[in-house]
Amino acid sequence: MAAASFTAAKFLAPALPARSGAGGDRAPSSFPASSAMRPLRRARPAHRLLAVSSDVLAGNKAAPAAAAAQPAVTREEALELYEDMVLGRNFEDMCAQMYYRGKMFGFVHLYNGQEAVSTGFIKLLNQPDCVVSTYRDHVHALSKGVPARSVMAELFGKATGCCRGQGGSMHMFSEPHNVLGGFAFIGEGIPVATGAAFAAKYRHEVLKQSSPDGLDVTIAFFGDGTANNGQFFECLNMAQLWKLPIIFVVENNLWAIGMSHLRATSDPEIWKKGPAFGMPGVHVDGMDVLKVREVAKEAIDRARRGEGPTLVEAETYRFRGHSLADPDELRRPDEKSHYAARDPITQLKKYIIEQNLASEAELKSIEKRIDDVVEEAVEFADASPLPPRSQLLENVFADPKGFGIGPDGKYRCEDPKFTQGTAQV
Amino acid sequence: MAMKVLREVGRKRSGAAWIGGSRGFADCAAAAMGVAERREGGGGTKAVNLFTAVNQALHIALDTDPRSYVFGEDVGFGGVFRCTTGLADRFGKNRVFNTPLCEQGIAGFAIGLAAMGNRAIAEIQFADYIFPAFDQLVNEAAKFRYRSGNEFNCGGLTIRSPYGAVGHGGHYHSQSPEAFFCHVPGLKVVIPRSPREAKGLLLASIRDPNPVIFFEPKWLYRLSVEEVPEGDYMLPLSQAEVIRKGSDITLIGWGAQLAVLEQACEDAAKDGISCELIDLRTLIPWDKETVEASVSKTGKLLISHEAPITGGFGAEIAASIAERCFLRLEAPVARVCGLDTPFPLVYEPFYMPTKNKILDAIKATVNY
Repeated sequence: MAAASFTAAKFLAPALPARSGAGGDRAPSSFPASSAMRPLRRARPAHRLLAVSSDVLAGNKAAPAAAAAQPAVTREEALELYEDMVLGRNFEDMCAQMYYRGKMFGFVHLYNGQEAVSTGFIKLLNQPDCVVSTYRDHVHALSKGVPARSVMAELFGKATGCCRGQGGSMHMFSEPHNVLGGFAFIGEGIPVATGAAFAAKYRHEVLKQSSPDGLDVTIAFFGDGTANNGQFFECLNMAQLWKLPIIFVVENNLWAIGMSHLRATSDPEIWKKGPAFGMPGVHVDGMDVLKVREVAKEAIDRARRGEGPTLVEAETYRFRGHSLADPDELRRPDEKSHYAARDPITQLKKYIIEQNLASEAELKSIEKRIDDVVEEAVEFADASPLPPRSQLLENVFADPKGFGIGPDGKYRCEDPKFTQGTAQV
Repeated sequence: MAMKVLREVGRKRSGAAWIGGSRGFADCAAAAMGVAERREGGGGTKAVNLFTAVNQALHIALDTDPRSYVFGEDVGFGGVFRCTTGLADRFGKNRVFNTPLCEQGIAGFAIGLAAMGNRAIAEIQFADYIFPAFDQLVNEAAKFRYRSGNEFNCGGLTIRSPYGAVGHGGHYHSQSPEAFFCHVPGLKVVIPRSPREAKGLLLASIRDPNPVIFFEPKWLYRLSVEEVPEGDYMLPLSQAEVIRKGSDITLIGWGAQLAVLEQACEDAAKDGISCELIDLRTLIPWDKETVEASVSKTGKLLISHEAPITGGFGAEIAASIAERCFLRLEAPVARVCGLDTPFPLVYEPFYMPTKNKILDAIKATVNY
């Protein structure tokens, strides 16, 4: 495609000062008219703060604008979205149960409440597209197609898990599904995703090995706290500089363990950081899967056409604490109930029923099927064997016997003294 | 592996609360305090755990120096390990505050604060997260005084960070990065083994006129309980402590590993092996004299740490002692450490230098 001329009109630069300009800005004309949906735009109500926090709740009389007509979605799509979100929710609830029963250990971070973001974005991806996540990654893996039994087995630390038990809750990887992890360290995944996007662009433009759909897309998911981290900004710059097919999705759930986003960030409106680097920045209601899907479609299409990265800020909320060890004492009850009332699954269910896309009974049968899937995943994980002890030494290097040959002519890692820590390495 | 609660084992120190040493304190910034006059107030002690001892030290540090600040991720509400409880309420949000999630920024910011004559006590939430800050610490903090010809220094910098295995931490909540920092001239690395040590060493680290990295063994935050003096006291840096006297072999460790070494000593004693146990306390600059004296007496040395064996700090100790005590050594220096793999998620007990591994090595060394 022709090099896009760098004019301000091409980009959704926020109208400064921030208070001006309500939601009526139109997207640049480069978006194909064939998109029947509304063009990519900021869904901004008139007040300045978009992420609703307990401080804002107190002073804010108007609820965030959600009155816009829902975009149309087909029955099949709706049921697919519903099933994926229910899978995410039930899986995480089961994780909590298993954790408290001692089947799972370590640090486990659950995704309850944020399903709309994962489903809205990842269900639009194809197999070669990559997903990079954080430690809150179970549902991203599930949405991308990693079987529930693999994820559950990984959580139990079993050899049949997607990472053979070596990764655990925070490191879900899957090569067949192009899930690039799972990063315990915030912000570490974003440069990795940027590199993957570069690889996709190279494959397409230089090696001409791409799919007919266009460039393969990479999505990097991360949280509001990460948006203050240096790696994030470095990657915004690189991605826009090289016009990489990547979407930066900020799952802004307002809290980084115990730090409120509003108290940790000079300008809490994260989407604005996109235009500062020259890419579009969008804010979307992350509790509404259909809205997320709309924004995702546009962003993914942009990336596939080679127009470069997009920064999406999804306003969402986690219903549980930061991790299963977090007592969650800092968040106010009215904030929690505000978002609980906007439960994405309930909203979608209501929409489906009201639009007559499916009946209550059909939805119930989906829920029942998902219950069975999750139960089966637990049984599978329970029945799976633990990895052999030798796995402790595997995959440090490329050569599985990577510690070389010892003085006795045998592989060092097979020397029983090796695991006793007294052998020479 | 059962963790024994550390009691006041082998504390051979006299009852004096302030164990003064001329090293390190003579040139303490005078403004910092009449520290020399400060003695243990009232003589009272109380049984507290490690995070409470650290908390007490921070309260005292902020109390005694109006230009000291505590900051880091989540410290405002008390921190994920409760070490900073009550500080924000007592000293206000201008002195105790949360930072955004940016370790590199936190470290650099702390260096700047310290360079302008303040005591910056920064918390890195887990030692595993210290690596983005590594650049600032190695390239800036360690070299500030040197390259400015003493025009400026960041001696007021103290970085506190929980380190070490915790049983279920996995790859990124269990690492022991002390060796990386020991390789940097200009930094000090201090690791306490128990609440009483922690409070004294932390206060000494904060008041030391050099940048100090203070690693706290997270496994011991709740588990380790000890009688800790309630007042203000400091323990000397760069002085190792012999916490158990013996004659057959010298064991060296630091932090949480000492509890394991202690159990191994008890078991070895049943087999008639008398072990001398040394807590290094300050890893860099480390107390070579004490270790040398001990090895000259016993002729054998075993070092144990959680970090992977290759390039761990035990290697430095082994090489130095081999150099200093060559003729006196009766067996090769033994190191019982973590394996040369990333810290594993599963099978952590097989990675760790456990009591049995240490016992085996003690016997092998003694019977060499």
